[in-house]
Order: sequence, then structure tokens, then C-alpha cells
Amino acid sequence: MSCVQTIQDYAFRSIGFGERLLPRDDYTLCEHFTLIGSGMIWNIYFGLIAILFGFFAATGLALAKNSSSARVRKPAEFFIYVFRGSPLFIQMFFAYAVFLSIKQSVPGFSLLTSAWLGAAIVLFLNTTAYSAEIFYGALQSIPKGDLEAADAYGITGWTRFKRIIWPSMMRLAWPAYTNEAIFLFHATALVYFSGFPVWQQRGDALYYASYFADKTFNPFIPYPILAFYFILLTLAVITIFGRIGKRLNRHLPQAVVRRPSFMRTLFR
Amino acid sequence: MFSYCTDPSTLEGFSWLSCYLTTGKHMAFYQSFGIVLVLLAITAPVALMFGFAGATAARSRIWPISLLGKSYTAIVRGVPDIAFFMFFVIALDQGFEYLRHKVKCSDWSEPVRQGNDFVVCAQAKLPLSTSPQWVHETYGFALAVLTFAIVFGAFAANVLFGAMKAVPRAQLETAEAYGMSSRQTFWRIMVPQMWVYALPGLSNLWMILIKATPLLFLLGVEDIVYWARELGATKTARFSDYPHGNWNAYYFGGLLVFYLMLTSISERVYKRLSLRLSHGQATAAGEAQRKAAT
Repeated sequence: MSCVQTIQDYAFRSIGFGERLLPRDDYTLCEHFTLIGSGMIWNIYFGLIAILFGFFAATGLALAKNSSSARVRKPAEFFIYVFRGSPLFIQMFFAYAVFLSIKQSVPGFSLLTSAWLGAAIVLFLNTTAYSAEIFYGALQSIPKGDLEAADAYGITGWTRFKRIIWPSMMRLAWPAYTNEAIFLFHATALVYFSGFPVWQQRGDALYYASYFADKTFNPFIPYPILAFYFILLTLAVITIFGRIGKRLNRHLPQAVVRRPSFMRTLFR
Repeated sequence: MFSYCTDPSTLEGFSWLSCYLTTGKHMAFYQSFGIVLVLLAITAPVALMFGFAGATAARSRIWPISLLGKSYTAIVRGVPDIAFFMFFVIALDQGFEYLRHKVKCSDWSEPVRQGNDFVVCAQAKLPLSTSPQWVHETYGFALAVLTFAIVFGAFAANVLFGAMKAVPRAQLETAEAYGMSSRQTFWRIMVPQMWVYALPGLSNLWMILIKATPLLFLLGVEDIVYWARELGATKTARFSDYPHGNWNAYYFGGLLVFYLMLTSISERVYKRLSLRLSHGQATAAGEAQRKAAT
């Protein structure tokens, strides 16, 4: 079977298109690459969903933690404490067990136990807590002069937040937030190993990598391929976040900012 | 455990619960908490040693060594740690068996990889198929510890490398001015002073290490996650004296609380430790302590 044929059969296997049966024997390098790459679709899906929703939720949560009213602050602090203080792996197992009992007692929630929704919710909550802590730290270190200048110009309320606080907060939080995004994409590899069932062998990249490692008893081929895909993904995240970070900083004197070389950003 | 536990089906309420929570399987569950703590206690110093070696290698003037140290720290950042765990457990096992195979059965002519099988001679198997069960378990656990140490050693190397750089240059120059050799400067001046700079990073790493311990389950060790799944699953009256529905949520909720406690305690210890270490240091925190004392 040619490699083009393999790609046609398995490129979208992880989302249910193409050949139903996974390869049985004589695993070729091409099959390794195609199936593990196909699994990456899920990793990217989980990461994107969690970052997209988590970003807005984390902004709100950071503001809540910064609130002067204890009734707003305490719940936010507790949420962040619980999700940052316990392992994501356990959170996944716990959430799956809770979703399962919700599904059994309340009709209409049957989708919660499928990975595409349930695991996405857990990842979303987890990254919300971590990002909120980063944003909160940035909120605390906004230069005092910026706020005083806003007061002097009579900028208050929503405008003050939108024009002064939020851009500064993003600018300060961005390097740490980039890290969080990278770790989130890495965490997506946990999903199919933590209770959430794999339906019809449609798993993520690590699921297929461990499938090959189990079958061939040779970890030296599938896992380096997985590593290759994840390094590509990490590079993409660094590039995209770097662009946004540059835009956030574009009003600052640029001569002072020395960009680290490409290799330095990669291997920090 | 208690004398009234002989027929659990007649029990109710508190006495049922007291019997249920003291079954043999529950005792194994409680012991597995010890496994987590033992793993932490062994892994942390070993990983720190790996990290120290990595950081010193990365600082080396001989470039192959420095390249080795730098690529060791770099590679962990790009790839999920769970992938490393699953890779190293098999890879280390096969590596050890291959080495033993080469030494013990040098007259063996067939290749080690035959299609989808990994074949070594019987004397090279690790652990030997004749050894008792506890040897197998210990070997599995030791592999897990080594895997954790390699992965977290890379993180620690990153932290220590930064800390070594953060020691003020003036301190090292003073040492040189006093005529210390570069080895003396390293051991007597840099190493004692770097810990205060390394502490925030190391404490962060410790938290990450705590939160990585449930991954032991994936490495085939019978840890708390294994037992929580085992005990929480639905039990019917046919197979168990204590039938119950799916109690996974309670067991994993308990684990969640256990980890929250562990991280909270660590955070408190960290605060006290950083206070202790900043004492007498030429940093802002040390200066604040000096001012408060006078």
C-alpha cells in the first residue's frame, strides 16, 4: 500500500473519516506518521477551545480576585486554589465520575461524559484558574503612573478598564501566558488516559503513539514522532503568541527591547 | 477488622462504614498514599542531582559537554511530560535488558528485535522470571522513580542554570581576587549562594512534581489512582460483601483533597524556608530582615 493511499485512509481517522480498521501488522513509518498526526487534531481542538474560552473567563476571574468586596473575592480565590492546587489528572477522573452521575440522574446531559465536551470543560476550567492567577499578578504590577494618568484625564469605569488597565495587564502577563498556553497543549495529551473513554478508537496523538508502542513493543519510533509533532505545535504557539506580544508592546521604545534569537526562544 | 464485621450484610450506618473502610483492599489503598510520599521523597533529591549535573554540564567550557547539558534541558520543554513517562518506562526497561543480554549471552546469534518482539535470553530478563513478586513490584517502582528523576532533572537543571547565573558577578570576582581556583570559586562561593536564587523555581518545580505523581498509575504502579478506581467502581452483591453503586466521585474527591492538603503544606514550608535562606543574603528580602532586626 502506497503512502498516499495510507494518508487518504487515515489522515482523518481520529474524527471518524476514512478506513475503520486500524492497521494490524507490518506497521510502516508512513502509518505511524499519518495516524499520530491524525490524532493531533484532537490535541489542537482541545487546546484551542480551552484557550479561547479560558482567556475571557480568566480575565473576569482575575478582576474578581482583585475585587475589594470579599463576597466576590473569596469564591474566585477558592476556585483558583482548588484548580491550581490539585493535579489535572485527578481533576479529569473526578469530573468524569461527577459527569457520569449527573448523566444518570438528570436526562439531557448525556454528552457530558464524551471526551469532546467533558474533557474540554475540565481543560477550560483548569486553564482559567492558571491564567487568572497570571492575569491577577499582572494586574497587581500595572505601573502606578498609568492609573494616576488615567485619573488625571478623568477616565473612569469601563473606559478606564478597556483603554488603560486591560492593555497593560495583557502586556505584562503575555510571556507567562504564552508558557501557560504551551503547557495547556501538552496537558491535552492526558485526556484519553484519565477516565474519558476512547470511542471507536478515535483518540489523540498520544493514544495512537501508545497504540503503536504496545503493538510493536518498540517505543523508539512512535514517541519520537509524537515529540516531533508536539515540537511543531509548540513552535506554532510561540510564533503566534510572539506576534501578539509584539503588537501589545508596539508603543514602547523598541530600541531597548532586544529580541532573543529564534533558537533562544525555543530552547529557554 | 472489627469483631462485628463477620457478616456485613446485617450491618447498617456507622458500623457498616467502619467495617467497609477497614477491609483489606482499603488498607492497601491507605498504604498507597505512602507510595506517593516515598516517590516524592526519593525523586526530589535524585532529580536535584540530575539537575545539578545538567546545569554544571551546560556551563562547561568544553562544547560537547555543554551541548549535552543544554539539549537535555531543552528537549523536555517542547514535549508533554506524560509522553516522556510512557516512553522512558519501556525504553529504560529494554535498554537495561539489552545491556544485560550483551554481557551475559554474548554467544547469542539471533537479533534482539524480531518483527514485533523484543527477545533477550532468559538470564538477561529483568527481573528474572524466577524472582518473587516483590522484586517485580520494586523494579517497576524503581523504573518509575528513574523516569521521574530524568524528566524533572531537566526542569531542575533549567532552574539551577538560571540560579548560577544570578549569583552576583562581584562575588565571583572577589573570590578570584583572593586567588581561588575556578573549582574553589564554584564550590565555595557560587554553590552556597545560588540556592536563594533557585528557591522560587525549585518550589514551583516541587509543586509540579507533586501534581505529576498520579501519573504513576500510567506507569503500572498500584498507586492511589489505581486503588481509587478499583474501590470506587460499582460492586454487586455477588462479588463483594459490601455492594455499592459507582462511588468514583467520592474516592477521587478524596484524592483531590489529599493533593490540596499536600500543596498547601508545601506552600507554607516554602514561605518559612525562603525566610530562613534570605537571612544574611545581599538581596531585598535579606535587607528587609536586617532592617527589621535593628
